[in-house]
Amino acid sequence: MGILDSKVPTGPLADKWTNHKNHIDLVNPANKRNIDIIVVGTGLAGGSAAATLAELGYNVKTFCYQDSPRRAHSIAAQGGVNAAKNYQGDGDSVYRLFYDTVKGGDYRSREANVYRLAQVSTNIIDQCVAQGVPFAREYGGLLDNRSFGGVLVSRTFYAKGQTGQQLLLGAYAAMNRQIQRGKIKSHTRHEMLDLVLVDGKARGIIARDLVTGEIERHSAHAVVLATGGYGNLFFLSTYCMGANVMAAWRAHRRGAFMANPCFTQIHPTCIPVSGDHQSKLTLMSESLRNDGRIWVPKRLEDAQAIREGKLKPTQLGEGERDYYLERRYPAFGNLVPRDVASRAAKERCDAGFGVNKTGEAVYLDFDAAIMRYGREKALTSGMKDADDTTVRQLGEEVVEAKYGNLFDMYEKIVDQNPYKTPMMIYPAVHYTMGGLWVDYNLQTTIPGCYAAGEANFSDHGANRLGASALMQGLADGYFVLPYTIGDYLSDDIRTGAIPTDSPEFDAAEADTRSRLEKLMSGKGTHSVDYYHKKLGKIMWNKCGMSRNAKELQEAIDEIAELRADFWENVRVPGTADTKNQELEKAGRVADFLELGELFAKDALTRNESCGGHFREEYQTPEGEALRDDENFKFVSAWEYKGAPKDAVLHKEQLVYENIELKTRSYK
Amino acid sequence: MKLTLKIWRQKNASSKGQMVEYPLNGIEEDMSFLEMLDVLNEELNNKGEEPIEFDHDCREGICGACSLMINGRAHGPGSRITACQLHMRSFNDGDSITIEPWRAKAFPVIKDLIVDRSAFDRIQQAGGYISVNTSGNPVDANAIPIEKENADMAFNAATCIGCGACVAACKNASAMLFTSAKISQFALLPQGQVEANERVQNMVRQMDLEGFGNCTNTGACEVECPKGISLENIARMNREYYSASVKG
Repeated sequence: MGILDSKVPTGPLADKWTNHKNHIDLVNPANKRNIDIIVVGTGLAGGSAAATLAELGYNVKTFCYQDSPRRAHSIAAQGGVNAAKNYQGDGDSVYRLFYDTVKGGDYRSREANVYRLAQVSTNIIDQCVAQGVPFAREYGGLLDNRSFGGVLVSRTFYAKGQTGQQLLLGAYAAMNRQIQRGKIKSHTRHEMLDLVLVDGKARGIIARDLVTGEIERHSAHAVVLATGGYGNLFFLSTYCMGANVMAAWRAHRRGAFMANPCFTQIHPTCIPVSGDHQSKLTLMSESLRNDGRIWVPKRLEDAQAIREGKLKPTQLGEGERDYYLERRYPAFGNLVPRDVASRAAKERCDAGFGVNKTGEAVYLDFDAAIMRYGREKALTSGMKDADDTTVRQLGEEVVEAKYGNLFDMYEKIVDQNPYKTPMMIYPAVHYTMGGLWVDYNLQTTIPGCYAAGEANFSDHGANRLGASALMQGLADGYFVLPYTIGDYLSDDIRTGAIPTDSPEFDAAEADTRSRLEKLMSGKGTHSVDYYHKKLGKIMWNKCGMSRNAKELQEAIDEIAELRADFWENVRVPGTADTKNQELEKAGRVADFLELGELFAKDALTRNESCGGHFREEYQTPEGEALRDDENFKFVSAWEYKGAPKDAVLHKEQLVYENIELKTRSYK
Repeated sequence: MKLTLKIWRQKNASSKGQMVEYPLNGIEEDMSFLEMLDVLNEELNNKGEEPIEFDHDCREGICGACSLMINGRAHGPGSRITACQLHMRSFNDGDSITIEPWRAKAFPVIKDLIVDRSAFDRIQQAGGYISVNTSGNPVDANAIPIEKENADMAFNAATCIGCGACVAACKNASAMLFTSAKISQFALLPQGQVEANERVQNMVRQMDLEGFGNCTNTGACEVECPKGISLENIARMNREYYSASVKG
């Protein structure tokens, strides 16, 4: 096991969490009042953790770079949240959710963590409903469910296409209640710039007030990082513009291991790139694949004619379309997991069948669903002989009720009506399964430093199934961390308040100041975005949907070169003692330039294909991912040693006691 | 596309601001409004000038961070739209565009186009929640059936993104559409009943304390709301408020 002790409890899988909870050391309520906890990031994981810890009695300080916790990017999650409630009676169970998640993640997640996730999933729904989260309901007043990629049951709870928003507002409301009670002190428009260690334990952070530019010291007995993922290192992604890796990376520099950095999810259904000016990509929820059928033209000449604007997709008949997912994966069809759907789209586009100007788009077509729903609606309304126009109109109404806001969003961006012509979609960077290495208690390799939600690595393996990010964020924040952190804090009841005038705080603040000064002092010629875009291009071209050893090595060299150039030639206007968005971006891009290299290095080390990590050298004759369980059934956890090229690899061997490792098949 | 931009520049909360004119070329129709500003900022940056600061984050119309009065309208022309969803195809070559921050006493300017909307957070903190423990709720979710009609209305109220367009659009800088949306969501759900009286009274009190104006039924808020939050919510809030006042 080496220095990576996962602390997975012994005993049968189904009892591990209960047994563990029963044996956790507790902190008595009176002592909780003397313990401070810092929570960085206030999305689903951080917001729910902060609220719950405050409710337990700890003094909580929250930090977010947004102007309000309610704007964390969890808000943009559209599809839904999974829970093994089996309300539909379609055979769902805790075991099945666990199994689907481990299989979906291509057997690279930690079994015990995933089982616990499946177990607490049912509490999440109860909790959120009690908070007043308005989930979709049937006419009978009971909760409605739908299905998502990679599974054969309907276990996804949703609130139209805005589930993330509603769940986040629930957690934010819970936070507000504690802010009102004085148990949470909320620091908005603040960014964590460093982690402070005292005697090897995380004891505080250095933060910058983004409005005044002031550098602040904040101490606590433990620090929780719930700062999301680092997908913005690709520049174009579905992440919000401010998403960054700073807090996690600074913790990494202080000794927290970074696990599986190369496991990045490319989501299959995003609106394609339209030009060089583009700042971000917009996701079309995976839930659309419940009803939308994905296709490209069968004949190359038709694809060519469509690209040139000489042919419309609606002019091609059924026989002239290639529903390639239904063809290749008859059992799961359009609902194959994201990595499979993304690669299949790339394969068709690379073969010349792409349908937009750049040849990097496929169709997501609702025509069949509109007619099917329309016919059903006509029949139930007593219209037996309705004509096609009426059926279409009725069908469009049904589809609008289900996905209206997503269709509106598409129309605003692309200026085409998706009810009348199929949507164009293409894969885009969406979620990072890698993150800070944590043990079963969600503690990083730094004592007292915890990571929750997307910021940690443990639950999704090499690929995340739909509707499971929200589940993990809330599970960690509401139900896991508040228990496990008590085990650590029970040793701190006599510690007393942590002073911020110690040499450790002095040193960390000095470090931070000199880094900021270095960024500001450059008399360079290039903007921060110039470097960010260059890094993004390297990442997408050489570390993207498919990778090979040669290009990964090139990426490593190019990123190191780009990083040197950045520190030499970046230009940050303005001053550091005021609101300065360019300076904020510069700090973030500086970290991406280090993480990007480690990402490529991790991908180069992993000589297999699994989930979102597809190495061209390792594939089956049919072009599917070829895993190597004998040599790579491990978590790669990188230890910081200065430059990313010097990072040291540690391995946590993954143990599967309850699931037989199989080749993933969705045929 | 060639444009003339007139943009509000203000160093910080205490300094005086002014409109500054910027010519801009080479704008494409499929750029979003914020991407157009990115292009301008890149130009300013290359000239060694300070870029224009504006709030934005998700750039897909849901986080509520982007603001901007564009040609005198909150989030610009078009209905049910945020500034990040506004595309340059809504403008013509040669247009002159005025860009200002939200204007309301309760939303002080922080810098350039960025205002402080933390008053909204404080209204929420005054009671925009249900006091339920977060450490595991023993009641099964389906044990609280909710009529679909009510669930849908509660959902419609809950779609508010807290951007502040309603305040910016209102001649009285009233926050009643925002506050009422939150109150409505809970008023329409059985879970929200227990604290209903305190909630509406506390939230309305906080709203007034923050310095927002009153509602005079102009309806500009509803017109400019990117999420189409209905004025009915204000009526519901008023009913809730009066009924709570009677009960004391």
